[in-house]
Amino acid sequence: MQVASMHFRERAREKLHDAQLQASLAKFQGKFVPARRQAITELDDFEGTRDAAAAIRQRVLDDLDVWLAIFDENARARGATVLYAQTPDEINALVLEIAQRHGVRKIIKSKSMVSEESALDHAIEGAGLTVVETDLGEYILQINDYEPPSHLIGPALHKSREEVATLFAARHGTPRKEAIDELCLEARAVLRQHYLTADMGISGGNFFVAETGSVVLVTNEGNATLTTTLPKVHVAISGIEKVVPTLEDVATLMRLLPRSATGQSISNYVDILTGVREPGEFHGVEHMYFIVVDSGRSDVLGSDVAQALRCIRCGACMNHCPVYQNIGGHAYGWVYPGPIGSVLTPMYVGLDKALDLPFASTMCNQCSVVCPVKIPLPDLLRKLREMQFRRNLRPWHESLALRGWGWLARRPALYGAAIGLGARMLRMLGRRDGIIRKLPFGAGWTDERDMPAPAPRTFREQYKARAAQRAHPKGPA
Amino acid sequence: MRVGFFVTCLVDLMRPSIGFAAIRLLEAGDADVYVPPSQTCCGQPCYNSGDRADAIALAKKVVAEFEDCDYLVAPSGSCSGMIRTHYAELFADDPAWSARVATLAAKTYELTDFLVSVLELERVPGDFRGTITYHDCCAGLREMGVKTQPRALLARMDGVRISELGDAETCCGFGGTFAVKLGDISARIVDNKCRHIVTSGADAVVLGDLGCMLNIEGRLRRRGDATKVLHVAEVLSGVTPDRA
Repeated sequence: MQVASMHFRERAREKLHDAQLQASLAKFQGKFVPARRQAITELDDFEGTRDAAAAIRQRVLDDLDVWLAIFDENARARGATVLYAQTPDEINALVLEIAQRHGVRKIIKSKSMVSEESALDHAIEGAGLTVVETDLGEYILQINDYEPPSHLIGPALHKSREEVATLFAARHGTPRKEAIDELCLEARAVLRQHYLTADMGISGGNFFVAETGSVVLVTNEGNATLTTTLPKVHVAISGIEKVVPTLEDVATLMRLLPRSATGQSISNYVDILTGVREPGEFHGVEHMYFIVVDSGRSDVLGSDVAQALRCIRCGACMNHCPVYQNIGGHAYGWVYPGPIGSVLTPMYVGLDKALDLPFASTMCNQCSVVCPVKIPLPDLLRKLREMQFRRNLRPWHESLALRGWGWLARRPALYGAAIGLGARMLRMLGRRDGIIRKLPFGAGWTDERDMPAPAPRTFREQYKARAAQRAHPKGPA
Repeated sequence: MRVGFFVTCLVDLMRPSIGFAAIRLLEAGDADVYVPPSQTCCGQPCYNSGDRADAIALAKKVVAEFEDCDYLVAPSGSCSGMIRTHYAELFADDPAWSARVATLAAKTYELTDFLVSVLELERVPGDFRGTITYHDCCAGLREMGVKTQPRALLARMDGVRISELGDAETCCGFGGTFAVKLGDISARIVDNKCRHIVTSGADAVVLGDLGCMLNIEGRLRRRGDATKVLHVAEVLSGVTPDRA
């Protein structure tokens, strides 16, 4: 996917003034957050389950090579082929190779965020093949000239029903309908033909299960089930970090994933797909491939932000993020938005191509409080800020100001004098009525906010005077 | 009981009344309050901006200034949270300092938490009369577990009626340098907060962190709203805010 994360600031500003988007965000706001709050009360020990889930994910990361090797062996034993992609381009090359091998003309896809990293659909179309997204949200985006997704689990939640109605009428050449069930039926009618005529299905993978060599798919529309069982070839694409040791571990994670994501106790569908159809079996594909993707993940694993790889892509961090809530996902400029995106994007596309993202957080910590696998997201954002500072990627005046502050604050006498002087200057700016309306070097603050002028004397000045007063009650204050 | 009072750099510069209010409350609880004269900043601005070296230097300074006290108390969830929950990470590779930091962290408190949990303050000196609404500042709430303590103290004041704030636990959008770096996003977030404050119908919005207060007050005034913005220590102590 094209990287636009360097334009976060401008894009965010634009989104703040996009009335239609703001209406969609307001609607979304009332859905996932209260639904999750309700759903987690169903668990007797939600915090204990979170601890267990975090431990499962961390255990995998601690010995990722071993778990991958076990997964690889068990998947092969069930007749699947396991392939590895080092880069986004390798994902696309592998998919096209598989397609060629099996004479594929049409590919159907269920949701895969990893395939967004490599812009797989474009590569498929570039090779002269047809690809159809079957997740309703992804389908909407595809027929809207491949608009990028704006949320991990609700890729089109930035779009209003009216926009979708207009889009369907234009693309399907049908009379415009606005009722949600009618729109769904129309999409279903279009997609059904594709399920029956596709030669290959591509899915993502919520989990790769090491002990069985299976892929687990968590969906609500049933499209993944059709995508991965009707065509003769199934290709599951996901990151190296998505392996989990056992099905029992999957059960633990599944107690949290839908609840954290949409507030559902369980998603409408959970597919566990293992191997190819054996002789005498009724179900299963003829050819099953796994594409296990690194694409920057092993670098993350060896970095200060490795815990980000615990992520199970529920989206709770963005649902609860005051920044995401007000600007939506597109402003972040790449595949993964919100707090987790602000950690992953700089790591995957380059620190220098996403300088604002680690700072796109108030550090309010709500993301880490709701994260089902306890990723300390603000701490990881801070680690990225440290990397930027160390590599001199921050503006020189900012680094100078920080070092200056650190230098001054270590020298109490000088600090006291400087703060006293600063207070006087600020009071000058607010001398009319105690309110500062324009702050030099602080336009970001005063463009949309006032700043109260400080008190006549600093705390340290007043405290010193009071102490002197107490010591010599008759002397001058 | 010797209580080291950490004024915080923002209170020193912008609103000293909060410092004196906090001292009055601590003394009302019979604490022997000590204000180290050399104190400056806890290092959080450097820490959150990636300048680890300066954060470490300032953290060492705070540890040296306060480790002889029985407690460190700050009128801020953010600064006390920095000391209690973040200092340790700065010294992960430094066993000697690690131990000193851990000792100080364990006796570091946010003001209202200290008044309730340690001093068990029964009577508060303030005489505020009116309806207030309470905003839970992020660091106090999520790092220091401050939620019931300020409300319990306010409940001891006869003249105070609390009208709960909608989305009280949602960030006000301050975020330190965030409010300047990405000022327009920050302003939108605080605008939502202001709407809830207006809806509450309260005479004053009360909270426990001056950074968030400046953000909320600044936006309320720009919107032309005169709702008072008070630190919980000011309300509890009866020390009125000083103004230029």
